[in-house]
Amino acid sequence: MDDGRGSRNHFVRVGVIWLVATLVVEAGLLLWLGPHMPPFRASAQASEQANTNILLAGLAIPVLILVWVFVGYSIAVFRRQGEGDGPPIRGHYRTQVAWVVSSASIVLFLAGYGSYVLMISAYGVGGGQGPDPAAVPAGQTMEVQVIAQQWGFTYRYPTFGGVETQQLVLPAGQLVELHVTSIDVIHSFWAYEIGVKADANPGQDNITFVKPGEVAPFQIRCAELCGLWHGYMNGTGQVVSRATFDSWVATQQADNAAATAQLPPYAHVYLPVPAVVRGG
Amino acid sequence: MQRPTWRRLIGFNLLGGLVLAAAGFIIGWLLGARISSLLSDHVSTFGANWFINQSDENDIALLLGYAFGLIGWLGGLGFLNYPLARIAGRPPSFPAEDTGIGIGRYFRMNTNHKVVGIQYLIVVLALFFIGGLNAMLIRAELLQPTPWLWQPDRYLTLVGLHGTMMLMIMSAGVLGPFGNYLVPIMIGSRGMAFPRIEALSFWLTPAAGIVLLSTLFLGGYQTGWTGYAPLSDQSRLGMDAYLMAFTLIGLSMVLVGLNLITTIVNMRAPGMTWSRLPIFCWGVLSTGILMVLSPLTFAAALFMVALDRTSATNFFITSVGGSPYLYENLFWFFGHPEVYILALPGFGIVLELMPVFARKPLFGYRLAVAAMLGVAILSFMVWQHHLFVSGINAALRPFYMLTTELISIPTGFVFLVAIGTLWRGRIELAVPMLFCLAFLFNFLIGGISGVFVSDVPSDVTLHGSYFVLAHFHYTIMGGLVFAFFAGIYYWFPKMTGYRLNERLAKLHFWGMFLGFNGTFLPLFAAGLLDMPRRVITYNVNLQGINDFASISAFVLGLSMLVFLINFIYSWVVARVPAVGNFWGSRSVEWLLPSPPTMWESPVFVSGPYEYGVPDAPPMATFVGQGIKS
Amino acid sequence: MSVRLRVSLVFAGALVAIALIAAYLVGYLAQSPPEVQGASGTNAQLTLQTVAAISSGDRPDWVSYLVKDPSGQWVHSTTWKVPANSVIHVTVYQFDSASQLRNPFWAQPQGIIPSSFMVNGTAMDSIKTETASHTFAIPELGVSVPLQGIPDGAKNPCSSAPCDVASDHQTITFSFRTGAPGKYRWQCFVPCGAGYIYGNGGPMSTIGFMGGFVEVG
Repeated sequence: MDDGRGSRNHFVRVGVIWLVATLVVEAGLLLWLGPHMPPFRASAQASEQANTNILLAGLAIPVLILVWVFVGYSIAVFRRQGEGDGPPIRGHYRTQVAWVVSSASIVLFLAGYGSYVLMISAYGVGGGQGPDPAAVPAGQTMEVQVIAQQWGFTYRYPTFGGVETQQLVLPAGQLVELHVTSIDVIHSFWAYEIGVKADANPGQDNITFVKPGEVAPFQIRCAELCGLWHGYMNGTGQVVSRATFDSWVATQQADNAAATAQLPPYAHVYLPVPAVVRGG
Repeated sequence: MQRPTWRRLIGFNLLGGLVLAAAGFIIGWLLGARISSLLSDHVSTFGANWFINQSDENDIALLLGYAFGLIGWLGGLGFLNYPLARIAGRPPSFPAEDTGIGIGRYFRMNTNHKVVGIQYLIVVLALFFIGGLNAMLIRAELLQPTPWLWQPDRYLTLVGLHGTMMLMIMSAGVLGPFGNYLVPIMIGSRGMAFPRIEALSFWLTPAAGIVLLSTLFLGGYQTGWTGYAPLSDQSRLGMDAYLMAFTLIGLSMVLVGLNLITTIVNMRAPGMTWSRLPIFCWGVLSTGILMVLSPLTFAAALFMVALDRTSATNFFITSVGGSPYLYENLFWFFGHPEVYILALPGFGIVLELMPVFARKPLFGYRLAVAAMLGVAILSFMVWQHHLFVSGINAALRPFYMLTTELISIPTGFVFLVAIGTLWRGRIELAVPMLFCLAFLFNFLIGGISGVFVSDVPSDVTLHGSYFVLAHFHYTIMGGLVFAFFAGIYYWFPKMTGYRLNERLAKLHFWGMFLGFNGTFLPLFAAGLLDMPRRVITYNVNLQGINDFASISAFVLGLSMLVFLINFIYSWVVARVPAVGNFWGSRSVEWLLPSPPTMWESPVFVSGPYEYGVPDAPPMATFVGQGIKS
Repeated sequence: MSVRLRVSLVFAGALVAIALIAAYLVGYLAQSPPEVQGASGTNAQLTLQTVAAISSGDRPDWVSYLVKDPSGQWVHSTTWKVPANSVIHVTVYQFDSASQLRNPFWAQPQGIIPSSFMVNGTAMDSIKTETASHTFAIPELGVSVPLQGIPDGAKNPCSSAPCDVASDHQTITFSFRTGAPGKYRWQCFVPCGAGYIYGNGGPMSTIGFMGGFVEVG
């Protein structure tokens, strides 16, 4: 069993098991899980994230199965009987080179593809890009500000008189430019279904772009530990039709007129004055 | 003639350390209280940026208390005898190397590397179990989607304590016990290069543990193990415990790393060439490099937070010129090498043990070495992948995505080496081997899920979610901790001279393996389905997943209890002697009796993995006279 | 060492470990403020007061709320029970001085029954952001009401909690509707943790002072 042919037979068997298992699991991934891949597809950005998740899972499966099949086969077949030791193989040049080359190719491909999606095809994929975005989509954007504080998010619409609201409502199909900032500690604004996550840093404007597709509610959560009520810092946003949005924003302007009158002028960051930094 | 017990308790030992630490703490506290009352008398002269320490939340007093307490602790243990004698111009009154026997030697500053190894093992396990208990309490809370056991502030303290305890302790979890005990034996040295530093690095560890746990009496801290500023600036007094404890552990890590690097580089016996160095020592060496280079940036960040809290330096307060990014950068510049500090020793143990139980030489020794050094070097270039959505220089994200994914190449080597070693071997499924195979299984999942979070488009959803939590538990808990237990089952007989009960060991393994995977595999799904980390509430539709994870976590906890019972029972009660080389290992430590009591200078004539090589000589011959050690 | 001694050492060690764990669990972690029946009936009345310093317990100088229990006693607690699916009429006696809202948006009451917000008997649509001392906010119900502080230089400030209405105070009344039973958190949106950076530490971050639960049901 220690001669070359025995070794080749083992290789062939492992190869066949690997191939079959990979094909079965890949088919399952694409047909069964693929259409339901989180974070679902409520926006262009979320779609790209789901696509990347499918791609990564598709590439991960052969690797996972390769290692498991090799290890599992070895455990099942190459068991110690009696006292003998195994053959003193210290390495195999071609195997090692093949391993290095194939893992490096997968990795470089992934980094290249990820960069392409990030910078070119999806314009930041809904991730926070800071005050000076590197990937900016073409087209008319609507600016909405997300103000995080301990422990809640409020939203400001500069194009509608700077009105501030407790709910985030976005018109479907509109490219939105979210400006995320914080007025105390670090938070992270996570709008799950529309694929947005951007840290809210005090005194820092963090811009991200999102184009919500369909009329549906979405989950909002804080994704960075921000103190006592971090687990409660959540809510529900709405993607609505343009007409519904217009009437909603008019109602907010009327209802919150008293608050709006006291708000500071719209700005990308709000720094509490030092006396307020102290608290009390 | 033996002195009476009460007389033996007085002296430079643990008791002296505790007494002087308490005294030092009180002195420091009083001093700090005086300073802050002077400051608040003159607060108006400092202007509006100054904030007052409240009388019952006095950070200055607490931090000075810790600092003076540390001096008392080290003084009481006898660390100051040598420097004080030198300052006074007297011959150093440092005790000679302690080769005594009896239980008392474990409660003193001891420069014998084998004593330090055992000391470390006990303390690491004790703190590991405290951290694990916190995990049980967290999972118990998460059985319900709304708070039912703990109040949210208590819950966050539990989360922070669990994370901090585990990260702090497991950084030295392998290098402390196994590094100190085994590396000198494996390379044929009589001890470590700097025995007093070795003792110091150990005695800082229990001090850090005690300081960290003192947070429970100070209102806890709500920042998690990352301690992000400015949240840490505004936290209660318990935050100072975190700052001090992590600083102590950082110092201890630097000392451990420095000592082990120097030992491996300079103190190898004749014939111990670099190409014969056991792969475990390579793991220790590459970890040592990370340990020396990374913790000091973090210590600087912690020092800044302490200054912010006591002196209103405002390093991290944006409105007066500071930046929270500063903390994030300094933290992750340490934090990412830290997670490889928690991975590389695991690689070392697993690759060291695989040839023994596959009865084959290590496949691709150089590749394995390249893997560890490659991971160590690359780990300094990836830290901003923790900040992909933070808005910090977005144009750099492709670079950090590339470097992060490049790390999977050397990490992949480890799997090739492991598979190559197993392939056509004569595999023996002894308990340490079971843990090594489980390591391969878990770490593969951890590594592959790491590719998801390293890819920015996927990370936008996954960042800060339970997916990340599951990912790093797969690499640290599923990786390092499984390797750690493989090491314990393999080397415990060598270190203590007693064998562990195998039936209980197998029960432990299966409980741990199934419990672990049952806990963290579902949590990948929880993260993908919108569950952020460190929350006490979650969507009701995730309760099934969380309950399954919690119950699996309890199985995991019970398996740890089985281990604890086995450990104490085998060491204290049953005491089955470990005779001979029962693993059939070719490594040099198994040529010596268990535990090795004599040191005879070895000359290495062969590598450690000559399995199946006809007529291979034993790894070393011994030429010395035999010195008690 | 004899076997018997070793075994008894193990048992003693185990007992010590169990005792330490038990102390750990109940000493700090299991503490929680008492539940107080704040209001009952369909037209329920919840009566609260906010004080600058709670004057008792382990943090006597921290700001907090007191609630009137069914027997009319003031109790220091932040877990209040109110009935589900009813209108809750809230009266807050506010004894603390003004600080400032970080986010002026909260100067306007949100999520309450329209026109039910009154300060000292006068209906108002908002307060001046500098005059806010606290807010009463239950974010999951969308409720947030600003609580005006007593003016600087008030002649007769309350010295010790529970405060008497003879001391300077503002009386704020409003009503809100509860829905389904559940445990909803409340907090304050004024950074009122004096002595902590950003004012959100200390009492703002500790259950039992400026944070707690409204148990609806």
